[in-house]
Amino acid sequence: MIIPRVPVQHRRLLPDRRLSGPTPWVIAILMMLTLLAAGAGVGLARAANNIGDAIAGRVTVQIVTANPVTRAEQAAALRRQAQAQPYVRAARQVGQDELLATLGQWLGSAGGDDPVLRSLPLPALVDVDFVGGNRAGQLSQLRTLVAEVAPGARVIPHAEWLGPVARLIRSLAWVAAGLVLLMTLASGAVVIMTARAALGTHYATIEMLHLIGATDRQITRLFQRRIAIDTAYGIALGTVVAAAIILLIGWQWSGVTSGLAATASLGPMGWVLLLALPLLAIALAALTARLTLLSALKKIL
Amino acid sequence: MTDAGPGRGGGAMVEFDRVGLRYGPDAEVLADISFNLQPGSFYFLTGPSGAGKTSLLKMLYLAQRPSRGLVRLFGEDLVHMPRHRLPGFRRRIGVVFQDFRLIPHLSARDNIALPLRIAGVSEADLSGPVGEMLSWIGLDERAHAFPPTLSGGEQQRVAIARAVIARPQLLVADEPTGNVDPEMAMRLLGLFEALNRLGTTVVVATHDIHLISRIDNAQMMRLEKGRLADPTGALRYPPANKI
Repeated sequence: MIIPRVPVQHRRLLPDRRLSGPTPWVIAILMMLTLLAAGAGVGLARAANNIGDAIAGRVTVQIVTANPVTRAEQAAALRRQAQAQPYVRAARQVGQDELLATLGQWLGSAGGDDPVLRSLPLPALVDVDFVGGNRAGQLSQLRTLVAEVAPGARVIPHAEWLGPVARLIRSLAWVAAGLVLLMTLASGAVVIMTARAALGTHYATIEMLHLIGATDRQITRLFQRRIAIDTAYGIALGTVVAAAIILLIGWQWSGVTSGLAATASLGPMGWVLLLALPLLAIALAALTARLTLLSALKKIL
Repeated sequence: MTDAGPGRGGGAMVEFDRVGLRYGPDAEVLADISFNLQPGSFYFLTGPSGAGKTSLLKMLYLAQRPSRGLVRLFGEDLVHMPRHRLPGFRRRIGVVFQDFRLIPHLSARDNIALPLRIAGVSEADLSGPVGEMLSWIGLDERAHAFPPTLSGGEQQRVAIARAVIARPQLLVADEPTGNVDPEMAMRLLGLFEALNRLGTTVVVATHDIHLISRIDNAQMMRLEKGRLADPTGALRYPPANKI
């Protein structure tokens, strides 16, 4: 049992000073940081996976023919013919307005109706999504098709320029996982120090309990219960603060619609993991306390 | 072997045979200690400060294993006994300390009830014995007082009550009257004598020669420089009040 049952009268063997020491507060801080790191890690991992899925099978064909009419005809023909290929799941011509709106975000005209913007010689873009399978072969076939329909057009696999971003995000997710591990170890160390300090503080009581016939298990249950409860208080506090921060960030994040940022979310499994972490932490603290106490008591006759 | 009791060897509650004790690499604090304690007897352990009385008592109440020799308690070898079996033996031994060692945040009643609770006695079953014990030591009115609010004599009576509440077969007291006035010392000694009459084997370590002379039929063991000082055997058999 995580928090062992101890008769009420036995509980009084330890002075009732809850949340008096630094342990619950240190655990609260560590738990909060652990949950924030875990939340960031889950969000980043999901974003990396989403980006990976999105870019793995997508290419953009950039048609830069100078004549706007020819350019539009080539784009329409390429979209139509690509769509007819068995290895293509979807082909879509990116509308001029969409291009202007995207450029407008960078060049300062949000509506995309700036005359300067409209005067720019914009390329025609066709997004092509492959069906699953041999991506290299599909890309080669598409290049052949593009050379026929729109000579001079560039085929840009998204993986070429979004791949490093996805790898960076995945690396950050691993860093977050490493932080979770380190903070878990730090929490365990805090529990070990707390258990040892408790044994030192209450040595006289422990010695007396031994002399009147208390077993190591009886003494351990007393301390394990106290440490588990103190730790649970800290974990609960840290969880509440972390949850508030994550919800606040989530609320602010919901306003972000930019392509890459919008791919980051916790998802149902992420939330389950975050909710499971505090329970696992309490169990880990209780187990660590128990093993530390039993080990220390064995050194006393 | 010094036989501190009337019978030798067979049926002894405690047997020490050439026991030695050292702490770390230092010289032995106890050397070649051999004696038997017989059930239902009363023993005084005397000797100057530093003679090793407390170390000897520690081995008696199982807070210390000897460095060498044989210790048998209740017929079992304690030197090689696995650690997990010690609590069962400790529950058959009561200990009283000069400094009482009461748990300060527990009331007098809870301190006295502690051995029974540790032994798993239910609250319903322990209230009677604890109440009787409080009456026996004359502290009914102070049952809920905490040790820091009790006088030295009251604390020592609570400590004695805690030591005997579980009806131990062996009671070990280390300078139990060292922190109380002479009148209280005599009252405490009366408690030990009453227990002894009920069949408990009592071992009291003390400097107080006047105390020793008050108990009829008590046996005396004297320690000097870590050895039982009884070369002639003159101190073994006569009641202590004849010394």
